[in-house]
Amino acid sequence: MGILGMNRRNISYISAYNPRYLMPLVDDKLKTKQLALEHDVPVPEMIGVVDSQPAIKNVELLLRGQKSFCIKPAKGSGGKGILVIIRVEEGRYYRSNGQPIELPDIQRHLSNILAGLFSLGGAMDVAIVEGLIVVDPFLAEYSYEGVPDIRLIVFRGVPVMSMMRLSCAVSQGKANLHQGAVGVGIDVGSGRAVNAVQRDHRVSHHPDTGCDLMRLAVPRWQELLELGCACSDMTGLGYLGVDLVLDANQGPVLLELNARPGLSIQIANHAGLLPRLREIEKLKNPARMSVRQRIDFARRHFSAEPLAPVAPSEIIPVST
Amino acid sequence: MRLSKSRAPFYTFVALLLIAGFGLAAYRHIAFDVPWLPGEKRQIWSIEAKIEYLAKGEPVKLSLAIPDTQMGFERLGEHTASPGYGLAFTDAAADGSSGRRAEWSARSVWGKQTLYYRVDMLVDPNQRVDLSSPSIAPPKMLQGDGPQVTAALQLLENALARSADNFTLTRELIREFRTEAQSAQLLGQAQTRIDWLVDLLHHAGVPARKVLLLNLEDGRRRQSLAPVLQVFEGDGYQLFDPATGKQGRKPNQILWEYHSAALLDLIGGNQSTVHFSVIEQEVPVNQVIERESVRRSSLLDFSIHSLPLEEQALFKGILLIPVGVLVVVMLRILVGLRTSGTFMPVLIAMAFIQTSLLTGVVGFLLIVGVGLMIRSYLSQLNLLLIARISAVIISVIVLIAVFAVLAYQLGLSEGLKITFFPMIILSWTIERMSILWEEEGPKQVLVQGGGSLVVAMLAYVVMTNDIVRHLTFNFLSLQLIFMALVLMLGSYKGYRLSEIRRFKELLPKDGN
Ligand SMILES: Nc1ncnc2c1ncn2[C@@H]1O[C@H](COP(=O)(O)OP(=O)(O)O)[C@@H](O)[C@H]1O
Ligand SMILES: [Mg+2]
Repeated sequence: MGILGMNRRNISYISAYNPRYLMPLVDDKLKTKQLALEHDVPVPEMIGVVDSQPAIKNVELLLRGQKSFCIKPAKGSGGKGILVIIRVEEGRYYRSNGQPIELPDIQRHLSNILAGLFSLGGAMDVAIVEGLIVVDPFLAEYSYEGVPDIRLIVFRGVPVMSMMRLSCAVSQGKANLHQGAVGVGIDVGSGRAVNAVQRDHRVSHHPDTGCDLMRLAVPRWQELLELGCACSDMTGLGYLGVDLVLDANQGPVLLELNARPGLSIQIANHAGLLPRLREIEKLKNPARMSVRQRIDFARRHFSAEPLAPVAPSEIIPVST
Repeated sequence: MRLSKSRAPFYTFVALLLIAGFGLAAYRHIAFDVPWLPGEKRQIWSIEAKIEYLAKGEPVKLSLAIPDTQMGFERLGEHTASPGYGLAFTDAAADGSSGRRAEWSARSVWGKQTLYYRVDMLVDPNQRVDLSSPSIAPPKMLQGDGPQVTAALQLLENALARSADNFTLTRELIREFRTEAQSAQLLGQAQTRIDWLVDLLHHAGVPARKVLLLNLEDGRRRQSLAPVLQVFEGDGYQLFDPATGKQGRKPNQILWEYHSAALLDLIGGNQSTVHFSVIEQEVPVNQVIERESVRRSSLLDFSIHSLPLEEQALFKGILLIPVGVLVVVMLRILVGLRTSGTFMPVLIAMAFIQTSLLTGVVGFLLIVGVGLMIRSYLSQLNLLLIARISAVIISVIVLIAVFAVLAYQLGLSEGLKITFFPMIILSWTIERMSILWEEEGPKQVLVQGGGSLVVAMLAYVVMTNDIVRHLTFNFLSLQLIFMALVLMLGSYKGYRLSEIRRFKELLPKDGN
């Protein structure tokens, strides 16, 4: 079925299409954010950056007036070191699972981030404080305690495969598959669910909310695809994992980019990446194609239910 | 956009490496008769004495006691490295009154000097050489002042009363020295215990002398000699450890000086030291004979045998590291095992080689286990990362010291070897595992920690394999082949074994 393995991914795709000097753009979430702002790519609202011990001391000033926010290490990965605060009451900060913590706990977390506890190889890091993403109500029922995100593999500017990651109780509100989140394969053409897995095993219903996952259809799919292509264009990386979320207020926003996207997306889709990547490798110069043309190409070749090209507004979410 | 260039130069390079590797190995095999496999073997101990001293610019005469064929060992060849010096070997006197010595001389040297003497001793259990007993010095005055002599004679009298022959007398005399701590201390002010023992035995008419013994252990460097008491009875003799009274000689002990002479006589210099390096070589039977003749070196005879023994001993270990690295690369690229810290398992395996597997595994589990407990306490203290790592390093070192002392007190001398563990690496391992524990639970810690241990044990098994050791030590060009293998593995695009399991529902079934 043309499954892409780790070794081939590393040699034939990552080191072949992702120049090393571009990697820092996506390995550092702060740089990604700045790049996105320059290119008018929507991202969660930036509250501030904590980059020194004095800044940790004064973090209360930064957080004052914020009712909800998210703290993450700029160079973190795999959901490590992410602290999501969903409400603040009487000086207590409530995490997404309802656990209350105090300011000193937040300061300790920040100092751990700065010391490099969550970054690769223990390198010094900075902490990003950004606005909370509020799940689009349509998707909210599919997720437990966390924000579901949409992973798109974009190869040479063409969307190749996608999945939706739903956090659940075992993944502690994080939408990272290896922590136990549910991965739902999404048809690149239509935005509809094709298959779902948890910890590499097939599931049909969300383990916590009980929703029928096969009826999931992602709203505003065309916009999400266009955003994915824009991300690929702005970084110049040939083989890219784009993590998007659908915010209730902002609409599609970019959460993070990944130059070494994982392989589980194939299990979630019950399909291999290799034939699709080879199809795109045959293209002479996809950079010259417009975003619409690339999306149409993906629809034609990678979708089980090829639809005629449609205007974004015509994609109507199929209600459950 | 695609970054990679043509693969042709890469494959040529790999092919060149392989050809050079195999070619040089074959050359060594054919031209120098180095066998591919470790066949039937004789054990040879190569011992190197390294003499260092400070010359004062005067004429120098230096004489070193050197061993000869003796019980259990046959002397094969010897070799010196001492440019600028005249050298002569003096043979043992026929009556056994003096032993073999190497004598160096030079007219005028200045500054720090280093001389090497190296000898190959073949292990031969059938070798017997009778040693003539030393002539007993004419009853001379015992050393020391009045009270010391009285105390010494008292010890001798006690021992005589409880003994039947020369050996039992020696045993009892050493026991006297051990039990009568006060007398022993008084005597110790005049001369060493072993000198007292020799004097007292002579006083009692027992032929005895001090000999210098070397413990033979593979890969040891900077060793020194142990003084031991040799006591004769009729035609036979026995060795006694003057400190413990332990009797007899182990098979891996060689007598270096056994003619009541000094190890080193030096005229015209000072601050002399002698250190010994030992390595064990397994040599095919047919080579034992030829060994002496061929020791010319050419560029193509590119082997570490041309190095001084001290460095050879070091290289014996170093050359195995690429083997361990290769094991790790294979397990990661072909199997897909996860380890904490990429090459940490190789370092652990190196430690296992020093400690032996069981001690090593127990030591590793102890240190990491207790280290994790300490680390979990540290994590409550809210420290900065650098300080926390440093605290873990210090705890690991204290732990190792405590375990070593405890083990020694309990009589487990094996436990001392725990100091061979790479401490900084272990500290990082503990830190990573503890974060893993907090983030993803104890199961991941077991998976990755266990993975590292399994990889380390596998690397150990391969690195201690006789054939592997033989090949890496004798065929330096094997390193080129390892290089080629690693390069090829680095461009392997196929599936990992673990992926076949992970993607098994997606991959085509074998049956059709
Ligand atoms: N601003 C935010 N608001 C709410 N949840 C967030 C926010 N940022 C991240 N998360 C949660 O944390 C998870 C991981 O975040 P991400 O930025 O992808 O970091 P990582 O590189 O560690 O995967 C997301 O999938 C989401 O569930
Ligand atoms: Mg992510």
